[in-house]
Amino acid sequence: MPSEPLFWQRFDICGRDFVDAGKASITIKGILREIGISPSLIRRAAIASYEAEMNVVLYATKGTMELRVTPKDIRVMVEDQGPGIPDIELAMQEGYSTASDEIREMGFGAGMGLSNIKKNADAFNIHSLVGKGTTLEITFRL
Amino acid sequence: MGEYFHSVRVVPERCIGRMACLKVCPTEAIRVRHGKAEILEDRCIDCGECARACRHSAIIPQTSSFTEFSEFKYTVALVSPVLYGQFRKDVLPSMILAGVRKVGFDDACDVARASEAVSAAIDEHLASYRGPLPLLSPFCPTIVRLIQARYPSLIDLLIPIDSPMEIAAREVRNKKMKELGLRRNEIGVIYLTPCPAKMVSIKYPPRKGASYIDGAIAISDIYRSLLSALGDMNNSTPEIEQPVTGMGLGWPVLGGQVSALRAESSLAVGGLGDVQRILDEIERGKLGDIQFVECHACAQGCCGGSLTVGDPYVTRGTILSLVARFGKAPCEDRGKIRELYQKRYFSLPGKIPSRPFAPLDKDIGKAIEKRKRIQETHDGLPQINCGACGAPTCLSFAEDVVLERAPLGDCVVLAARQARAAAHASPRLAAVGRC
Repeated sequence: MPSEPLFWQRFDICGRDFVDAGKASITIKGILREIGISPSLIRRAAIASYEAEMNVVLYATKGTMELRVTPKDIRVMVEDQGPGIPDIELAMQEGYSTASDEIREMGFGAGMGLSNIKKNADAFNIHSLVGKGTTLEITFRL
Repeated sequence: MGEYFHSVRVVPERCIGRMACLKVCPTEAIRVRHGKAEILEDRCIDCGECARACRHSAIIPQTSSFTEFSEFKYTVALVSPVLYGQFRKDVLPSMILAGVRKVGFDDACDVARASEAVSAAIDEHLASYRGPLPLLSPFCPTIVRLIQARYPSLIDLLIPIDSPMEIAAREVRNKKMKELGLRRNEIGVIYLTPCPAKMVSIKYPPRKGASYIDGAIAISDIYRSLLSALGDMNNSTPEIEQPVTGMGLGWPVLGGQVSALRAESSLAVGGLGDVQRILDEIERGKLGDIQFVECHACAQGCCGGSLTVGDPYVTRGTILSLVARFGKAPCEDRGKIRELYQKRYFSLPGKIPSRPFAPLDKDIGKAIEKRKRIQETHDGLPQINCGACGAPTCLSFAEDVVLERAPLGDCVVLAARQARAAAHASPRLAAVGRC
């Protein structure tokens, strides 16, 4: 049986690198456009992957983001080495943020990131280990 | 007319394959094959960057020529303030309008006045608008095309107000029909354009319906004759002309639209790279606290259009000095504009369709497979984006290989590596090769 078509690509994300911040999610947007995904789904995937990417840039030392596209779904998986999230339920609430003043001054840290990811995704899984890091799995169904 | 009309075209006989155009194209629409540049039509957004880069006049924006308008009984040139900025500061707009009449048009009509009216109409629109923000300026046709192709979710943010050149064309045509007792098709209204994209929007407006303009002549095509006409005028008594004034004079400068508005929070962006960054931000739902974004494909706004003659910065300076002298006070009655706006005088009916670049395949499974093969091909390429293969980047070359538009052997770096490896494996053969 021929295997299902699958495209995947991994991106490295560097914590605190504000010059390249957002580039991975822009590349993801371009790839989805080339594949011919509908504009509304591209927009949702772009928003969610941008928020996920920025969380790594803002809070973690480093991380990776992986895009997997099949005819059934788009999955974005993010893994970072960072402080982790002690209370995920709390972090998921709109407006809750642990961002420093410095981050807020740059216009981030409004506490909308995770809830924004969830809002735009069809399925969302998050795991975190304090002191180790956080992993996200964001799924969009085609 | 199902296919998209392009103003920018390659003249193969003139192209000698130097590839200056290849890397400047913001949508990677150019390939050089067999020593000649080709444009991938569905990707071209008519920004004119390639035409500007070519030193052999091998990429020519198709604009109109004088002879095309000989069948009209009466011709009117629409003059944008960009033209005013192409001359020394002491050559006043009114003199330039007189010069345009001298070179063969029956009349010349200033567009800055309509720009001021459109600014006031945008103010009215912003004041009554309650939808998502920011709204986008729809006046750069290249940006509209970019949004149609890459940012379809932002189409509804384009303000549905007609451009100053269309408003001016409509008004002057109606006026001349009444004054001269001519029919609509007996009057030719011709825009003196700073860029090829305006020509496209005249031939094929993004919304359904026809343009009020019959054609566009490049500023660079008319400049010489205008210059000598102005020279002749200096030797004779200058004609008495109504001075050109108003808030619309600064429109072609980056930030000119914004500064003619009352809106408190607005933004002006120029250059396709920066515009795309801002549009990406807006698409993510950011910048919702801004009311209006003025976007230009050219970094200096219309002053830097590829069919202008003057240096964009000098043009900008000249226009700003005109603004300081003549553009500080409005020339139109605000109350009248409000009334006209409410009567939908400035409105553009109809929806702008999205025009996405073609996907890799209509079948999503096949498109995924192709994208995967593109990535694999790219992994095996040198990734130095040298362009020697005739594609602007290694990634676009990988795409060409997978879509069978180019053979992998076109990569000169790979070919050189293989030749070296072969020589290494068989020294005798290499020696033969050297003889």
